[in-house]
Amino acid sequence: MPRLENCTWSCSCAARGRHKAQLGDTTAGLAAKVGDMQSSSVSSPVLVGHTARRPSTSSASSTASSTLNLSQHLVQRSLVLFLVGVFMALVLNLLQIQRNVTLFPDEVISTLFSSAWWVPPCCGTAAAVVGLLYPCIDSHLGEPHKFKREWASVMRCIAVFVGINHASAKLDFANNVQLSLTLAALSLGLWWTFDRSRSGLGLGITIAFVATLITQFLVYNGVYQYTSPDFLYIRSWLPCIFFSGGVTVGNIGRQLAMGIPEKPHND
Amino acid sequence: MTLTEKLRERISRAFYSHGLLCASYPIPIILFTGLCILACCYPLLKLPLPGTGPVEYSTPVKDYSPPSPDTGVQQGELSERPDWYVGAPVAYIQQILVKATVSPWQKNFLAVDVFRSPLSRVFQLVEEIRNHALRDSSGVKSLEEVCLQVTDLLPGLKKLRDLLPEHGCLLLSPGNFWQNDRERFNADPDIIKTIHQHEPKTLQTSATLKDLLFGLPGKYSGVNLYNRRRVVSYSVTLALRRHDARFLSSLRSRLGLLHPSPNCTLREESIVHVHFKEEIGIAELIPLVTTYIILFAYIYFSTRKIDMVKSKWGLALAAVVTVLSSLLMSVGLCTLFGLTPTLNGGEIFPYLVVVIGLENVLVLTKSVVSTPVDLEVKLRIAQGLSNESWSIMKNMATELGIILIGYFTLVPAIQEFCLFAVVGLVSDFFLQMFFFTTVLSIDIRRMELADLTRRLPAETCLAAAKPGSRCPRPERPPALRPAPPHSVPLQPHSVPLQPHTLPLQPHTVPLQPHTITLQPCSFRNLRLPKRLRLIYFFARTRLAQRLIMAGTVIWIGILVYTDPAGLRTYLTSQVTEQSPLGEAGLPPMPVPGGVLPAGDPKIDLSVFPSDPIQLSENQSQQREQKPGLEALSRLQSAQHAWAQGPEGKGNAQNEPGTEAEVTWGAEDEEIWRKLSFRHWPSLFSYYNITLAKRYISILPAIPVTLYLNPQEALELRHPQEANRYQPLGAGSGRLDAAAQPQQPSARLQGHQDVTLYKVAALGLASGILLVLLLFCLYRVFCPRNYGQHGLSHSRRKRGDLPCDDYGYSPPETEIVPLVLRGHLMDIECLASDGMLLVSCCLVGQIRVWDAQTGDCLTVIPKPRLRRDSGGIFDYQEGWEQSPDGRAGPEDALESAAQLQRLLSPPQPPLFCDQPDLTALIDTNFSERVKVAEPEPRLRAVGGRHKDAGYDFSSLVGKVYEEHGGSHGGSHGGSHGGLGYGGSTAPHAAPFGSSSRATAEDGGRRRSLGDEPAPALDKSSPGPAWGGDMESSVWSLDLQGNLIVAGRSNGRLEVWDAIEGTLRSSNDEGQSGITALVFLSNRIVAARLNGSLDFFSLETHTSLSHLQFRGAPSRSSVPSSPVFSSSGLISCQLTHTVACAHHKPITALKAAAGRLVTGSQDHTLRVFRLEDSCCLFTLQGHSGAITAVYMDQTMVLASGGQDGAICLWDVLTGSKVSHMYAHRGDVTSLTCTTSCVISSGLDDVISIWDRSSGIKLYSIQQEMGCGSSLGVISDNLLVTGGQGCVSFWDIGYGDLLQTVYLGKSNEAQPARQILVLENAAIVCNFGSELSLVYVPSVLEKLD
Repeated sequence: MPRLENCTWSCSCAARGRHKAQLGDTTAGLAAKVGDMQSSSVSSPVLVGHTARRPSTSSASSTASSTLNLSQHLVQRSLVLFLVGVFMALVLNLLQIQRNVTLFPDEVISTLFSSAWWVPPCCGTAAAVVGLLYPCIDSHLGEPHKFKREWASVMRCIAVFVGINHASAKLDFANNVQLSLTLAALSLGLWWTFDRSRSGLGLGITIAFVATLITQFLVYNGVYQYTSPDFLYIRSWLPCIFFSGGVTVGNIGRQLAMGIPEKPHND
Repeated sequence: MTLTEKLRERISRAFYSHGLLCASYPIPIILFTGLCILACCYPLLKLPLPGTGPVEYSTPVKDYSPPSPDTGVQQGELSERPDWYVGAPVAYIQQILVKATVSPWQKNFLAVDVFRSPLSRVFQLVEEIRNHALRDSSGVKSLEEVCLQVTDLLPGLKKLRDLLPEHGCLLLSPGNFWQNDRERFNADPDIIKTIHQHEPKTLQTSATLKDLLFGLPGKYSGVNLYNRRRVVSYSVTLALRRHDARFLSSLRSRLGLLHPSPNCTLREESIVHVHFKEEIGIAELIPLVTTYIILFAYIYFSTRKIDMVKSKWGLALAAVVTVLSSLLMSVGLCTLFGLTPTLNGGEIFPYLVVVIGLENVLVLTKSVVSTPVDLEVKLRIAQGLSNESWSIMKNMATELGIILIGYFTLVPAIQEFCLFAVVGLVSDFFLQMFFFTTVLSIDIRRMELADLTRRLPAETCLAAAKPGSRCPRPERPPALRPAPPHSVPLQPHSVPLQPHTLPLQPHTVPLQPHTITLQPCSFRNLRLPKRLRLIYFFARTRLAQRLIMAGTVIWIGILVYTDPAGLRTYLTSQVTEQSPLGEAGLPPMPVPGGVLPAGDPKIDLSVFPSDPIQLSENQSQQREQKPGLEALSRLQSAQHAWAQGPEGKGNAQNEPGTEAEVTWGAEDEEIWRKLSFRHWPSLFSYYNITLAKRYISILPAIPVTLYLNPQEALELRHPQEANRYQPLGAGSGRLDAAAQPQQPSARLQGHQDVTLYKVAALGLASGILLVLLLFCLYRVFCPRNYGQHGLSHSRRKRGDLPCDDYGYSPPETEIVPLVLRGHLMDIECLASDGMLLVSCCLVGQIRVWDAQTGDCLTVIPKPRLRRDSGGIFDYQEGWEQSPDGRAGPEDALESAAQLQRLLSPPQPPLFCDQPDLTALIDTNFSERVKVAEPEPRLRAVGGRHKDAGYDFSSLVGKVYEEHGGSHGGSHGGSHGGLGYGGSTAPHAAPFGSSSRATAEDGGRRRSLGDEPAPALDKSSPGPAWGGDMESSVWSLDLQGNLIVAGRSNGRLEVWDAIEGTLRSSNDEGQSGITALVFLSNRIVAARLNGSLDFFSLETHTSLSHLQFRGAPSRSSVPSSPVFSSSGLISCQLTHTVACAHHKPITALKAAAGRLVTGSQDHTLRVFRLEDSCCLFTLQGHSGAITAVYMDQTMVLASGGQDGAICLWDVLTGSKVSHMYAHRGDVTSLTCTTSCVISSGLDDVISIWDRSSGIKLYSIQQEMGCGSSLGVISDNLLVTGGQGCVSFWDIGYGDLLQTVYLGKSNEAQPARQILVLENAAIVCNFGSELSLVYVPSVLEKLD
């Protein structure tokens, strides 16, 4: 990967000067990777979490600047992911409301796009977290994601995700089991087509589990409800949607982490 | 795995051959693919457009009952019944379709008569309908009870308030245009305008008011001025709330009785229920739009990766077309095999695209693009295809597998999707293989063509002797390759001396980075500024003209088509006349008076006279009529022409006017179908009734036929109409009323004619005025001598100008070369210091020119009586008088002493050289061969001298006479030898010092008297300076006002450039001075024997004489001292390096305090200038050094006979890089800050990257001009050509400009180019020098 090499080179030369503006946008994952590469002797202090790891061998100034750049970039990325999440939530919720899949209480319907106001921000935040988490985990595991790293593939992934949602909302299935099984297969296919990494699978399953729990909790508390719950209080296909959503957002996050977002987003 | 391997190999082979096929026959394959796509898409025509089109369902009229609202029961009963067919419809639509015509038609009727009276009947009809009531046992049922009551219009429809009914029955008829008021109608002067006043101006698919009120599409109504059929149709639309079969049948039978339609064949048996889907709201659209946005993003990101192709957009388009048409094909194929898509096409379409994907296309492109570029296009395509064949097949198989798995989900929608996807995948593969591959091959071929035209490789250049070339010069065959440089004094026996033969193999040119070939002049375009290029593009393609032409044609077409008397009407009339339903249709069927029309038998029972609730006069009249006597009633209502009643119809054939017959055909049956599908929804939406997800039932239309007689039509005619419209037919006025309108129309015609003449006259006058104005403007603004600006250019014929393919010549350059004439023979040495220019020709004449003005300042040797400053003399003159050229120089005896003192030897020096121009000298042997034989030319010179009586000639005449024979012989011999060598063995011993050695050999032998010429004995040298006479100037340098000349006899002379006096000389060396360097007050002379002499020039006056003229020197010397002419100058040998090289020194360069010598012994030496100490000996060349360049940065470049260029670091003496540059010698070498520019015997100028030693590109020069080059600035290169010099942008290799020096028919190759400091170049064309100032080029470069 020329870009990676480029990054490596620029980081190793970081003592000479600052990163170039665009290379300074190196992602957390890549920077960490670079740090690993070049600090074979120095055990690099790793700052996992929402801040990037610093290449430890760089001089103080370059470290500061790169951290600044990285954090700035991080903010950018999370903002983009947040917007993506908000948008997706709006659109997909609309899709489901049309089909009377979800029922919100009457008083919230009057708000924007007849959806509850809190749904989009929540989804946006979740998307930001997941999208940042994916590259983070990648770097933590030390295996940068290399499979189909291009925006076209990401777009395809998003399209398939929307399609899964679309199918779940619009298709008439014989029974819920069939629907759930189909969607599960589709989700797995999505993962296989666009991700194929163990970390992606694991994280997706985790996300699906956690999100399902949260929705169960919400529905149990009567915040909203599903029309024909067949899986405790929710629909049984919901975990599949969460899983594929996690994979998709992770895909976007990784692509954003790859480099400069060529375009903030085109949704 | 062997199976896989085998499969893989087979697939790859198949793809390879397929790629070959595609690239070989691109056009047929693309056509074939297009046909396939069209064929597969053909079934799509039958599909309804996706969207919210209404759905129909028919039930028979008989026993119709509204479906029950209970869904379950209905579905149980009839499975074919659509699920929306539940409950009562929103409304029942009953249309009463009226066809009316005026019959018999009088020829003098107006166009408005076609529809005016038929339309007038609508009021009557509406009243009949409105007042219809059914009386039966249950009582009287009026229309009001059955019809759909509407309330207010929507508030936004104020404009339609008067036109659409409110608060009552929804009953629409054309009468609504006049508020159902017949008086308004009668008073309306322009019916058409009234009808069309609410028509939208823009294109619109939804229902218009005209459609709504007429109840049928506007074009079927016949209400226009060009209705040739003269049948007017309209319908009265009635919306009913309930379906009351009895009421409807009574209405039907009553109308049938009143207005029978005898030949009506409409089937009235089914009710059509039209279900309207839900309107798409914004909320529905958002997910759809989102998916489309994602789709576009996907396509964008995918196609962005297409790279390295000629037209990125074209390929991206091809890729998208591939995917989309594969989808269309899949839908079409599925439809063909009976699978109708039930899914919403718009929704699944993006997913299908995404599933099919653009990946294969990209992979293909990348693979093909990454094949080696030097292969043929076919092979590239084939190789690229076969490289990716396996992965493509694998991908395809995987996708198919996944989709097949999806097929087994057993969900119908998913199955359908998968089916489409599978067919789409397969057709996509097909299209990729055939369509996209072919497009790719075309693209790559285009790219190669573009490359080819931009930089033609050497092969094509040599083969470029195209017959169609516009080059005025005949292309020289390659056999006449000119002699390489430095081979002037070539003599036959010198061949074995230097057996280096030029490796001129037949062209096996290896692939070079790129070769810029200097085309024969037709291709020599300039790199023009962008705006000019744009303008030329416009001019060349005649874009504006063509646009205007196309626009005019379209405009005329539109005019012709839309003109009222134009094509459209004509076509319509043609069609109408040919139609079997036209006037020549069935003979009119006489309607028997008392016969009841065929109708429902129940009619008699159910039909009662209309309820006289609100009776008008007309209605009462109508009511009085007996049902059977409709004809009578109609005639009675007309109140005229009783005689022309049924009887008139009976003998209608005898009438002059034609009789019309209203026919009812199948096309009338459900004419509402031809309405826009938004007709009904928009109608109901006016009353805030939505049809979404509901349905309406359309009852069979009730036909009504109206015949109107001419009298009625005439009476109804509005007085204004008679004036406005002309009769439709050109008949004679049979009726009095008809005679009236003819007169005004004739007047109108006359008026039109007058107007036409007026307009024509006005146009003519204004045109003349415009021309005059333009002429005056031209006179005012353009000077008289416009177009005579550049004399030298205007003299040139147009054909000589370089033209491009379109015959467009670039603008004449403002660069006018200054031609310096005066030398008798070819110029051999050139030197300049920016202010002065010194040249030395073959006869040893040194001329000093002013480098700014081109004036000849001094001639050395100085002519005594007459200073020949203009120096233009004619060869031809001397030539003609050549026979007596040898005779009679008897008067040339006077000043032999002066001659001996001042004159350079009259014998033409066979060779002279100059250190820094060593490589630049091109003897242009072939040119000489072409121009003149040497001996007559020499004689010519002598003859001219004698004849013209010049002092100079008288001076030299004696010597000429004395030596004439021997010189002639020797010179001729040498030249003959040269010519011989040039034509036969041009590659033998051509090189600098070897030829110099040869020359010296020749000279020595000449001096020794073993010249083969028989007249040798007589050729004793002049009395004084005997040896000097023999010697020639071999090298020349100039600084300040001092010229240093090194002679072949080893003598060093210092001349005063202004006064032409010899200031000092030094004879200490015996060996010829091959190269000179004159730097501040130091002179370094390199001699033929390999020794190096360092002289210092000292003035014996004070230093104050050493003024600085301040002319900024170009590279090394910051300013050149001017040695005052008063002081005495002595030239003292300070140091001699006796054996600097053991072979002749061929190249000498000084810069940065270092002196570099290059010798024939394959080595270079670096000396320190101040103490003459040898610092390094550089070894690395495997041939004699021919060219050396050194600049202030201590970088030394050297080129040798081995064709190699070495770069050295003079500070350390290490070799930086070594490049194999040329086939044959490196003849010239120069550097800029970033490039090394070399030229070789192979006539190629190569530009190298200085730091990396990588060849950037090369320029194929014309033959014989290869070594003439110069660098003006860091990015401007000058090369010489046949009669021209070309300026190149070094950085890009673009030809900036070509300047033609002199007339093109006497083109000589530029053999030397010397760059002066003030953006001027001096080129040496034979005996002429051209001084070209190129500030414009420099500006253009910026």
